[in-house]
Amino acid sequence: MLKSPLIAAAVALLMTVPLAAQAGPECAAGKTISPGKLTIATGNPAYFPWVIDDNPESGEGFEAAVAYATAEAMGFSADQVDWVRAGFDESIQPGAKNFDFNLQQFSITEDREKVVDFSLPYYSSAMAVLVQQPTADAGAVPTIDSLRTLKWGAAAATTAVPMIDVITGSSNSALLYNDGADVVEAMKANQIDAALFDLPTALYVAAVVLDDGVILGQFPADRTENPDNFGMLMQEGNPLKECVDQAIQEITANGVLAGIEAKWLSETTGVPVIQ
Amino acid sequence: MSENGAGKQLSRLEYERKARRRSLIIAGLSTTAVVGALVVLVPLAPGWPAVKNSFFNWEIFVRTSPTLLRTFLLDVAIFAWCAPLIAIWALVIAVFRDTRSPALFPFRLFAIIYTDIFRGVPVILVVYLVGFGIPGLGLPRPWNSPYLWGSVALILTYAAYVAEIYRSGIESIHVSQRNAALSLGLSQSDVMRYVVLPQALRRVLPANMNMLIALQKDVALLSFIGPVEIFRQAGVFKSLLANFTPYVVAAVIFLAVTVPATRFADTLISRQNRRRS
Repeated sequence: MLKSPLIAAAVALLMTVPLAAQAGPECAAGKTISPGKLTIATGNPAYFPWVIDDNPESGEGFEAAVAYATAEAMGFSADQVDWVRAGFDESIQPGAKNFDFNLQQFSITEDREKVVDFSLPYYSSAMAVLVQQPTADAGAVPTIDSLRTLKWGAAAATTAVPMIDVITGSSNSALLYNDGADVVEAMKANQIDAALFDLPTALYVAAVVLDDGVILGQFPADRTENPDNFGMLMQEGNPLKECVDQAIQEITANGVLAGIEAKWLSETTGVPVIQ
Repeated sequence: MSENGAGKQLSRLEYERKARRRSLIIAGLSTTAVVGALVVLVPLAPGWPAVKNSFFNWEIFVRTSPTLLRTFLLDVAIFAWCAPLIAIWALVIAVFRDTRSPALFPFRLFAIIYTDIFRGVPVILVVYLVGFGIPGLGLPRPWNSPYLWGSVALILTYAAYVAEIYRSGIESIHVSQRNAALSLGLSQSDVMRYVVLPQALRRVLPANMNMLIALQKDVALLSFIGPVEIFRQAGVFKSLLANFTPYVVAAVIFLAVTVPATRFADTLISRQNRRRS
């Protein structure tokens, strides 16, 4: 179609310029750990609703979908995305990583930023108080005074721990567990009254895992103290960070991210807010 | 003659002193060389600054030490109430295992099955099973406390090991002593109580010291079912600070207790060896 190679070159240039200004393949070229591929890590196992059926390759689930959308904005097609599994400890160890970025509800904190890099946030999570029906029947209500009287539990490696200290006004006031599954087990054994989770996880546990789980209330995502922003974790000084950030800006601006959130995390509205 | 002998004696002492000094100097030099090489070479590794920042971060060391030291008290408390109960329950199992009357065979069978199971199952599974499972049956508070049932799990597991140590002690008492005691008119239980056990327990004391040291560390397993002891607190700090230094702090605190305990066990063993030889 094109008349001369010169015009073809000019058209090609015109087409690439806006791409380069965004997060095109040029940005990420040569910066990933395996050339031409984007290696993304998630938890082992990865939980609902972040990844459906522990199968991130399907793109089903909030974080799986965000990962593919980000990859696309960075210029990687779906089959150029490789998944690996890496826990938090592997992600913060000094030395080379086996992933380009890792997303599994890692909250961005100042202290963590000293050791690893985080992308721009892709989700701001509310924190929710999960109880069992008998506790709610016994008069637990979503006010600080009422919450203070409960026996608390949480997963140890989460930012819920300092938040419980804030709620109860004392340190070391909660029983802590390895992961959410153990927290639920302790709740079933009636060893704890209430647990603090990010809202989507709390909704899942209340609806699916516990027979009589109730969300008592939520601390909104835009609270001033301890806001919980999820970021993609990268090795400190990873040159890929700017490409990932551009990609997240792009999918935020064009509404893709909001669409994914609406699809996978739509139930999070309608939970009473704790003042 | 005697003067000559004294002279020889003196020169031998002299020689031995020299040899001792010589070996001390060599040991000192080689230790300095090895430690020096480690101190000089390790920081030359390209990843050392990152490793140092992640594991030996002085600022975090100072910041987390007070809290970790405070939570270590919980480990000490759990240890303090578990150790005597383990000693008692293990003795019961060991004596069950040694019953010789046919009528008491069920006790013996129980002891055999008990030690087989609890030595074969990972401690952490017992902690989960007892710590979550039994309270899950619907016990009211405070009887569903993880402190209570976690301790029970540790006691059940450790008693199986300690019972076997007791048994080795009991079986090391020669059967002729039992027969002699029986011929003097002591009953089976008196033989056990006055003849066998006093010797057996003394003999296995060093082995039991090792179990105590192991228990000191395994107390941390209770953190899996909720209690925030030093290991869990270190994990919380690790996750909030994205740094492994709190674990190093915990290790230092543990070492401060276990190293003296290990040395004490060694002293007991060598004292016993001297007495036997």
